[in-house]
This record gives sequence, C-alpha cells and structure tokens, in this order.
Amino acid sequence: MSEASLSNAFFTILKRDLTLAYRTRTEMVNPLLFFIIVISLFPLAVSPDPVVLRSLAPGVIWVAALLATLLSLDSMFRSDFDDGALEQMLLSVHPVSVLVLGKVLAHWLVTGIPLLLLAPLLAILMHMPSSSVPALMITLALGGPILSLVGAIGVALTVGLRRGGVLLSLLVLPLYIPVLIFAANAVSNAAAGLAIAGQLYFLGALLAMSLTLAPLATAAALRISLR
Amino acid sequence: MHLANTTSVKFSMSQSTLGISVKGLTCRRDDRGLFRNLDFDLKPGQALQIEGPNGSGKTTILRILCGLTLPTEGEVFWNGLPIEENRLEYLTAMDFIGHAHGIKSELTPLENLQVAMAMANAQPNQSLKAVLEQVGLRGFEDVPAITLSAGQCRRVALGRLLLSKSLLWILDEPFTALDVQGQAQVETMMVDHVEQGGMVILTSHHPLALKDGMLKTINLRP
Repeated sequence: MSEASLSNAFFTILKRDLTLAYRTRTEMVNPLLFFIIVISLFPLAVSPDPVVLRSLAPGVIWVAALLATLLSLDSMFRSDFDDGALEQMLLSVHPVSVLVLGKVLAHWLVTGIPLLLLAPLLAILMHMPSSSVPALMITLALGGPILSLVGAIGVALTVGLRRGGVLLSLLVLPLYIPVLIFAANAVSNAAAGLAIAGQLYFLGALLAMSLTLAPLATAAALRISLR
Repeated sequence: MHLANTTSVKFSMSQSTLGISVKGLTCRRDDRGLFRNLDFDLKPGQALQIEGPNGSGKTTILRILCGLTLPTEGEVFWNGLPIEENRLEYLTAMDFIGHAHGIKSELTPLENLQVAMAMANAQPNQSLKAVLEQVGLRGFEDVPAITLSAGQCRRVALGRLLLSKSLLWILDEPFTALDVQGQAQVETMMVDHVEQGGMVILTSHHPLALKDGMLKTINLRP
C-alpha cells in the first residue's frame, strides 16, 4: 500500500471529524464554557485579592483545562461506536493507529486550540503577570495534545460500557498528573522569573512519547472494546 | 514467501483453498453456548445464508467472520490461511455491513461514500453520484443523512458495495428497513455479485433467487 493512500486516509478522517465537529458545534462549546465558568468562579469564591489570585492562577487554569478536556473526551469515539463507523474503521485496510491519530488530532484542534486561545484572557482575569502568559500558552500547546492522546486510550477502553464516565476519569486522571505538575510548575516559575526550560523539556518528552505510543494503545483498546 | 507456502499447505482445505472457510467454530457467551463445531466453506460464486431465531448468534458469526470478535474455539480461513495471518489481503477482499451500517448522520450521502472509499483504499469505478442514483437517492446527494429515513440510510450503505470491488460481502440483515422495491434491488445486486464470481454471506429469512448449488444455508438452532 502506498504512502499516498495512507496519508489520504489520515486526512480524510481528519477532515471528516472536523466537518462533524463543525456540524455539531453546540456540543463543542460545552467544554469551553466549562473552562471559562470554573475559572471565573474562583475570584468570586476565594478572594478578589490580586495577590491571592496570582498565586492560584497557574494551578487553577491548568486544572480547569484538564477537566474541560476530560469532559470533551467521551465524544471522541462515542458516536462512531453507536452508528457502526468504528467497526468500519477497524475493518479498513489502513493501520487503525493512523486513523486514530487523525481523530485525536481533530479532537485537539477542536477542543485544545480553543482552550489555548482563551487562556490569556482568563490569565488576565486571574491577575497573572504578563511575563508568565507565554509560558502558559507554551505549556498548553505542549500539554494539550498529550491530554487528547492519552485520553483517547481511556475512551477507547470505556467506549463499549454504557456508563463509562466515572471509569474514564479514574483511568485517565492519574496519567494526566505528570503533565499537570510540570505545566503548572512551569507557569509558576515563569511568574517568579525563574527558568522553565526543564519543565518544558519534560512536557516535550511526554508529548513525543504519547504521540508515538498512544495511537497504538488506542487501536488495541478499540479492538478489545468492540469484541 | 516460502514460509507462507508451507503454512498454506498445512492448513489446506480438501479441494482448492480459494474462498472463505471455517473450522470447528464454537462460541459461548456468558456460559451459554451459541453454536458449536460449525464447519463450512464458501467458494467464489456461492452465497451463504445464515438462518436462525433471534439470539441464536447470527450476528456473532458474522462478526467472527470479519475478525471483529474472537471465537471461543475454531478458526476462520481466507484462501487457506487464518485471517489473522493475511489480514490485509482479507480486509481488501471483504466488505461488511453490520446492523449499524456506519453512515454518519451529520454527513451527506456523498461525503459518507467518499470517506468509505478512502477507508477501503479503493478507486471508485464509477462516479459516486451515479451510484447514489442507482440506489435510488437521486436528489439526496447533498442533504445530511440525518434527514433521510432509515431505509434511505441503508441504501447509502449498500451504495458502498456497488463501489467496492470486494470479492466477499458480509451482510447483516441487508433487507431491514428497505421497501419492497429496495429489497428486490438488493437481491438483484447479490445475485449479480454471486453470478460474477463473488461471495455473499448474509443473515436473513428472505428467500434468495439463486440457482441450486450456488446457495448454501446454515440453520442455527438454539
């Protein structure tokens, strides 16, 4: 099989999922609204004091981004599972992991990128110093794809269960913790004027690892789920 | 290549090894035996109809034949080799339409067929619009499938068969939701396919108008 047909299949899946997301865009807005609401509640509930908010900001924004991603994960394979498109994907002549990568990329473009673009706005709301906003953006750019890639494994494992929501969080959240620690720490360090290269290298390494291994694991998990 | 040859000899069927064959297929679900020791083979130019009451494992057999579900015991062979060993060749030659036919309701029939073609790595031998017209969906090419009826959606899925050059069609209740004319058309499609040397495996109670010797029947009794 030629590389051209494989990349054609990859881009077909990507385009298909982006079209689907565009046509069901009201569902796409939910995680974004969740992200905004959770963060905007903190100044009301904790304290409007800029000093307090500034120290909380990196952690709060990252936890909210993580939970918003978790909220959006289930849609990745759900409708495909229900209407049989997932079976057709598994019976495709192309490697399932490549098709999965197309789906994950579409998921990140549809949920990860909007979170990334909204983050500076919410950083201002949380009185984050402007020097740490680039760090926040970089960590979201490196960490967001990891959340989608690792989340895909969890969704693939739970898609056959009727109520897999709780199980999904239990499976996926422990795997998200390293990302959360390095990312929030990088943003805090940037605010304090310290170096953040170390944390970014770790995030980059995690991204490289999940980019290469997660699609394979997801493909295997899908086969098990459809059995 | 040498290795592949020895395995094909090892697993060779009684006569020619072309086609699909099944040996000692047994499936249990939750301690309940669905079927046991099922043997059959199907050669180009033959159709197999699987009958049986609801819950007797018809859909399970089809999913096992596709390689989606693993049987408790037994194996499925394609051209003499277990399907796990020549998966790519098998998937290229096989087309499956399940009970859920994989038509995305937010996409138009045309987009659905485009995706299906890319998944199958197939070059359509005729224009997608012509196929949609053939299955009676003229004028519905560009409306989201969610606005179509269940029968019309199934017609889109059947359009996939017309486009593909697959040798083996595995169809789960292909007549469901279709009107009388649609059922007749599907039957014609299947008969043509078998007469041109293709293979069809289907679950249905609908009698097929095939000549003797071309149609095999399996009845699953609980």
